[in-house]
Amino acid sequence: MNSLISIKNLSKVYSNNFKALYNINLDINKGEIFALLGPNGAGKTTLISIICGIVTPSAGTVLVNGNDIIKDYRLTRSEIGLVPQELTLEQFENVFSNVCYTRGLYGKSPNPSYVEKILKELSLWDKKNSRINELSGGMKRRVLIAKALSHEPSILFLDEPTAGVDVELRQDMWKVVESLRKTGVTIILTTHYIEEAEAIADRVGVINNGEMIVVNDTAELIKSMGRKKLTIDLHEKINSIPTLLDKYSLKLINEGLSVCYSYDTQGSQTGITSLLQDIKETGLRLKDIKTEQSSLENIFVELVQKDEK
Amino acid sequence: MNFYAIRAIYLHEMDRMRRTLFQSILSPVISTSLYFIVFGSVIGGMIPQIDGVTYGSFIVPGLLMLTLLTQSISNSAFGIFFPKFTGSIYEVLAAPISSLEIIIGFVGASASKSLIVGIIILITASFFVEMKVQYPLLMAFLLILTCLTFSLFGFLIGIMSENFEQLQVVPLIIITPLVFLGGSLYSIDMLPEFWQKISYFNPVVYLINGMRWSFYGISDFNIWISVTSLVAFLMVCIAGVTVVIKKGYNIKN
Repeated sequence: MNSLISIKNLSKVYSNNFKALYNINLDINKGEIFALLGPNGAGKTTLISIICGIVTPSAGTVLVNGNDIIKDYRLTRSEIGLVPQELTLEQFENVFSNVCYTRGLYGKSPNPSYVEKILKELSLWDKKNSRINELSGGMKRRVLIAKALSHEPSILFLDEPTAGVDVELRQDMWKVVESLRKTGVTIILTTHYIEEAEAIADRVGVINNGEMIVVNDTAELIKSMGRKKLTIDLHEKINSIPTLLDKYSLKLINEGLSVCYSYDTQGSQTGITSLLQDIKETGLRLKDIKTEQSSLENIFVELVQKDEK
Repeated sequence: MNFYAIRAIYLHEMDRMRRTLFQSILSPVISTSLYFIVFGSVIGGMIPQIDGVTYGSFIVPGLLMLTLLTQSISNSAFGIFFPKFTGSIYEVLAAPISSLEIIIGFVGASASKSLIVGIIILITASFFVEMKVQYPLLMAFLLILTCLTFSLFGFLIGIMSENFEQLQVVPLIIITPLVFLGGSLYSIDMLPEFWQKISYFNPVVYLINGMRWSFYGISDFNIWISVTSLVAFLMVCIAGVTVVIKKGYNIKN
């Protein structure tokens, strides 16, 4: 894949000496959905803000489609649409003018029919004459997306797009993201809903304390770092794990009616066969067996905790 | 040059004026009309002519200047401070616009609003006092230059302000006293010698006298001193705004 955004040795130190980003290196490919994950204050918004031109970097370079974000800012910014985290809108202006205003800022000639198309796609057309302060939080979020799309960008940044929105809108929003991807738009998003990132993102990057601690394909990351959990339901309740099974570090769960075994799928031996044989020897009767893959959320927590240590 | 962006900012700001017609137009017109009624028609009738001009007519350029200065500063300061306050400034900063284009959009709209208010005030004044404009081209030039210069100054205040209090400090604590003490309602010659000398340090004195000269051909100073001081202040404001925008002071960090 071609690298559409190339970040090299990027750092940001604010005037109060707070190091928001430290030596970030990242390439984002054309047409992909990239999820940027990290705890609050990790530097996600600062990174996005630098690429979009809102914050000035302290060191390093960012190229968008081969153009430098500082020297060639007109070219790079024209390609980028940004949906910010906060609901920052002119409260007393109506939806239609608000969207047209953003289109104008990006140097595009007025195109009411294109704005109409976006508003319709985002179910905002019937609110086109409503003032922003008359809209619900979810509707305001949609207006922000409409504004970001108003100048037909090839790169879309979504900073916490689903924070505080209801399930229906969240699903609508992901449908919009999916349809944008089909048109070739590259999408970079931050989210606290890691299951969403897992479902939608091609690749994820985890940032913590201003440093990028991992970047990988979503599926690859889950495969390489994920652990599996084997849950064995028993016919009879037990009070403790039999001594013969000590070596497996089993956990007694479900009030003694189940035991849980964690194993690494990448390991040469999972230990499942011997565990089942040893369980048979202890005389325990099995009722059911199920396996479960650890989620991206588990991996994220593990990565961040490891980085904190 | 991103003309569509300049147009977007300009129309966006002018639209704010349309939405707040009472505050933007009616309020300054009413307050200035009250000055004309009280000082021009009522008290003015008891005050002798100054340099052959009735008192009511004499105060027109000063009151016009008072309105232009306060309106230009507050329009522009509020215009850039409000998106900063709400956070919607992000889209201006993220758009492919140069600092110059941002300034042209915001300052152009602010100056236009002040110019509209100024023209309405002039029309209003003609209902209350006898008024003539001896040098209309000079008056138009000074009117536009004043609106532009003080809109730039207001833009600077708006960028540097971190809260609403700071936004109000300069117009209320500095500009209004300078205009009132700058000969808007009297001639500097009417002051005792000591206060006359003090007044020479007030830059607004030169602006008001310049405007008065364009109306009646009378001034406490040479007209070129007024024009030069206004142009010099314009240059200072341009330099200040350019530096502040380029460094991203109070916006980008």
